Amino acid sequence: MKRRYITYIALIASLLFASCRDEETIILSESESIENAIDTNANPYGFYLLNEGNMGSNKATLDFMDFTTGVYHHNIYAESNPNVIKELGDVGNDAKIYDNKLWLVINASHKVEIVEAKNAKRIAQVDVPNCRYIVFDGNYAYVSSYVTTIIGDVNAQEGAVFKIDTETYEIVGEVKVGRQPEEMVIKNGYLYVANSGGYNSDNYDNTVSVIRLSSFTQIEKKEIAINLHRMRIDKNGKIWVLSRGDYYTLPPRLYRLETNSNGTIKSVEATNLLCSNFDICEDKIYMYNAPYQGNSMATNITYTIANIETAEIEEERFIKDGTESLIKVPYAIKVNPSTKEVFICDAKNYVSSGTITCYSPQGTKRWSVFTGDIPSSIEFIYK
Amino acid sequence: MTLQQHIKSIIAVILLGIAPTTIVASEVEESAIDSILLQLNLEEVNITANRFREMTPVQRLSGKELEKLNSYSVADALRHFTGVQLKDYGGVGGIKTIDIRSMGANHVGVFYDGIQLGNAQNGQIDLSMYSLDNIDELAVYNGQKGEIFQPAKDFGSAGMLYIRSRRPKFESGKNYHLKVASKFGSFATINPSFLLETKINDSISVSVSAEYLTSSGEYDFRYRRVTPNGTVAYDTTATRQNGDIRAVRVEGGVFGTINDGYWRVKLYTYNSERGIPGAIVNNVWRRGERLWDNNTFVQGTFSKDINRYYRTMVNAKYAYYNTHYVNNDAKLIEVDNRYKQKEIYLSTSHAFTPFRFWDIAVAYDYQFNALNSDMANFAFPKRHTNMLALATSFQIWRMKIQGSCLATFIKDKTATGDNEGKKKAFSPSLLFSLKPLKNGDLTLRAFIKRSFTMPTFNDLYYTDLGNASLKPEYATQYDGGVTYMRQWERKFVRMFRIQADGYYNRVTDKITAYPKGQQFRWTMLNLGEVEIKGCDVATEITISPANKLFFTVKGQYTYQHAIDVTDVNDSYYGDQIPYVPRHSCSAAVQGVYDGWCINYSFIYAGERYSGQQNIAANHMQPWYTHDISLTKEFKLKRGSALKGTFEVNNFLNQAYDVIQNYPMPGINYRFTLSFEI
Repeated sequence: MKRRYITYIALIASLLFASCRDEETIILSESESIENAIDTNANPYGFYLLNEGNMGSNKATLDFMDFTTGVYHHNIYAESNPNVIKELGDVGNDAKIYDNKLWLVINASHKVEIVEAKNAKRIAQVDVPNCRYIVFDGNYAYVSSYVTTIIGDVNAQEGAVFKIDTETYEIVGEVKVGRQPEEMVIKNGYLYVANSGGYNSDNYDNTVSVIRLSSFTQIEKKEIAINLHRMRIDKNGKIWVLSRGDYYTLPPRLYRLETNSNGTIKSVEATNLLCSNFDICEDKIYMYNAPYQGNSMATNITYTIANIETAEIEEERFIKDGTESLIKVPYAIKVNPSTKEVFICDAKNYVSSGTITCYSPQGTKRWSVFTGDIPSSIEFIYK
Repeated sequence: MTLQQHIKSIIAVILLGIAPTTIVASEVEESAIDSILLQLNLEEVNITANRFREMTPVQRLSGKELEKLNSYSVADALRHFTGVQLKDYGGVGGIKTIDIRSMGANHVGVFYDGIQLGNAQNGQIDLSMYSLDNIDELAVYNGQKGEIFQPAKDFGSAGMLYIRSRRPKFESGKNYHLKVASKFGSFATINPSFLLETKINDSISVSVSAEYLTSSGEYDFRYRRVTPNGTVAYDTTATRQNGDIRAVRVEGGVFGTINDGYWRVKLYTYNSERGIPGAIVNNVWRRGERLWDNNTFVQGTFSKDINRYYRTMVNAKYAYYNTHYVNNDAKLIEVDNRYKQKEIYLSTSHAFTPFRFWDIAVAYDYQFNALNSDMANFAFPKRHTNMLALATSFQIWRMKIQGSCLATFIKDKTATGDNEGKKKAFSPSLLFSLKPLKNGDLTLRAFIKRSFTMPTFNDLYYTDLGNASLKPEYATQYDGGVTYMRQWERKFVRMFRIQADGYYNRVTDKITAYPKGQQFRWTMLNLGEVEIKGCDVATEITISPANKLFFTVKGQYTYQHAIDVTDVNDSYYGDQIPYVPRHSCSAAVQGVYDGWCINYSFIYAGERYSGQQNIAANHMQPWYTHDISLTKEFKLKRGSALKGTFEVNNFLNQAYDVIQNYPMPGINYRFTLSFEI
């Protein structure tokens, strides 16, 4: 009797001790062939897609699309860099290629990561607090940041632009700008920074900071419109900047800026173009608009093309096969400069896989593929 | 209660460590015979003896059994319950919430000494704030209690956790009881506590209890990954930062008995300052969030059996919660927000017994909640809640049927006058229980219940995010189960119990944060549907292989198939919902011999996913911990006792996360010394 019970207990105990836990392996990339996507002579021959990942999830991931093989490679960073502790990081905010190197701005990991553009192998990491976007000029990279390390009034919430040497990967300068600066463009030795003030919904920033790169000082802070975010320069040298509006009564709107030869802003034009995000290719502005409509999901999202000269819409719908209804939350837009294909990222519910969809210049869906969580930055790679 | 009954109850208290109101005097004598069971403090003896108290699945941990488990807080102890998922952000001060049967934390009602703990702001009760120091019993009910004489709120939630603090107990001939104790442990933890109970006269006693907790929260954690060929990709150990806590809890109570009734008044105050350690992500090893909490409440209960046919009870509570949140990380925006919550609660319950086999009850509760903050564009919401419950039960032969319906009406007001709303919801339930055997060892049961959770103030009115048009979120449960329990006297096997339940739950109109379409803009929507099929099994056996030597083995197993069925087009349709393992289990072995006690416990949570999609990137490995403790009690002169416990927790030093990127402590130690007189 006794022995039987002891046997039972021993049996239960041994079952419990039995291990069911494997060694944790790094997450490997997965490849997927995409029909309709092969173009053996393509140049750009592919693109990198940086997925943000929801804040705190450490799920910033890097995908690579190879047009020459038609293969989409999911989540390649950990496999290329198995020794990086906790992988790529938290909230991948921007990705740009410069001088055969891919620069990845990882916002909540407070770092800019530099990898080889050809294989995504790590070269260096530069710590930049709360970094947002990156642009390049000569031997320097410029990174906007929501915070500054320059001592000042904390309540002023000033952000900064950090200057990084592209040879040594060291921070060599920092200049204060407005509150929560976002995208930037460079023109003739001057850096233009869109300040958002997005942390204060009752007091947005409304300025563009102009930085003279030779002295790395702010020479002007020009009032444009509240809550500025996206910024692009067109082939005529005019700067387009997007005001996100206040999400209630003020809709998001594009502004067109002209500059003087001394870098200062000559004119500010509020256009009739309302959009949530845009990209410029030659003389066309590709944009989508998800208007604010209270507490519901946006249903009447529009995808339009405008002209940079007239600043008027010239094509009411650039997706013509009705497939735009499959997009829940458009999050990024990019035009392939050589094929004029339009790529649109869908963030879905932010906490599961998004998608990227390729539309032909004629406005029909060519292909679509699942991405990481919150696909946000597309960067083409050239031969 | 007559004087004779009262004396019997006091005997019961001394012998069994349970409170007078929970037992019937005649049962004391039956159970008191077996001193072994007393030593192990197996309260179930009494509970099952009282027929049909438990019509729904219930699990309890109480008295000494609770002490023996290696637990700091209420949350730690709950890991030993089946069907319960604990979200634990790690460490002494990390937030801990429970979820019963995968329906979500907001469907769990947490009651402290019979009155529900509230958080109108976000509906979450952080169980790390409730220490085990002064706790007599934890009980988890699925559905609701099998009683009908209770406040309307007790009919409300899909699952309930009842935390019962210690009530005064005195050894014969004494009119006071004093206990001083202190715990010392890893992470620079020091936790002294004090309890004094005195008897003013035969019908009134007073208790004061206080506790201080300090801990650095600094523990080493490890992240290790390998490449597919087995070489180490990385293997890093770091120290958890900003997880420190300082907390003071003071409780005072006055406990009175009257003829056929009782009354109690309780004051509770908890003050803490803690760091929020935050997620460990690439390049971030320390964060700067701090939180100050002050939770204070005063509550009272009065209950009296007026005559054979009519019983009445009144409950009242006033609560004040003050939260101060600061984020002073130089890399992030400065945040400094204060929130103040007020709650007033009144309840009256009435039970009628026209015939011995038939009970009818009616209860009405009123609650007022207000939330203030210094946040910009704050709505300053206020809520009036009216609850009316009707219930009846029949006991025929060895069978009992109970039906109840709770109607809840809420009315919200905001400072701006916008977005005000009225909402109502009904929560019906039907419970059935049968004891087919004459000796009462076997119980069969089934219940159906539809319950709801009202949207919280954050869901409705949070600046830029809230959605005032939200509807309540519903949970429907179908459960069927069986319990078999038997005791023997002076046999090798002293007690055996097994309890199993199968269930099907459906959560509909689930309140979910959803992007609006613009970047960074979210809203709350009744968008979400979860289907849960599950099975809970719990078993326990006590044996006595030799004189004065006892072993108890307990085991629990939970199976949860909880899938998202919101929309066929979602990438996660049909996938297991985040953080719910398919399989989980726990086991504990306790050995007792002449003042010595050894306890071993094992907790296992199977593989699960950190995100909605069941893909490799979201996959989390199973985790399991082994804890062991040794206790020795020394009887001293004049009835005083000195007790020492040494514990080693997670002794195989497993590195694991319960919530992704929130590492848990590895091996850690604790020593407890207590003196009682």
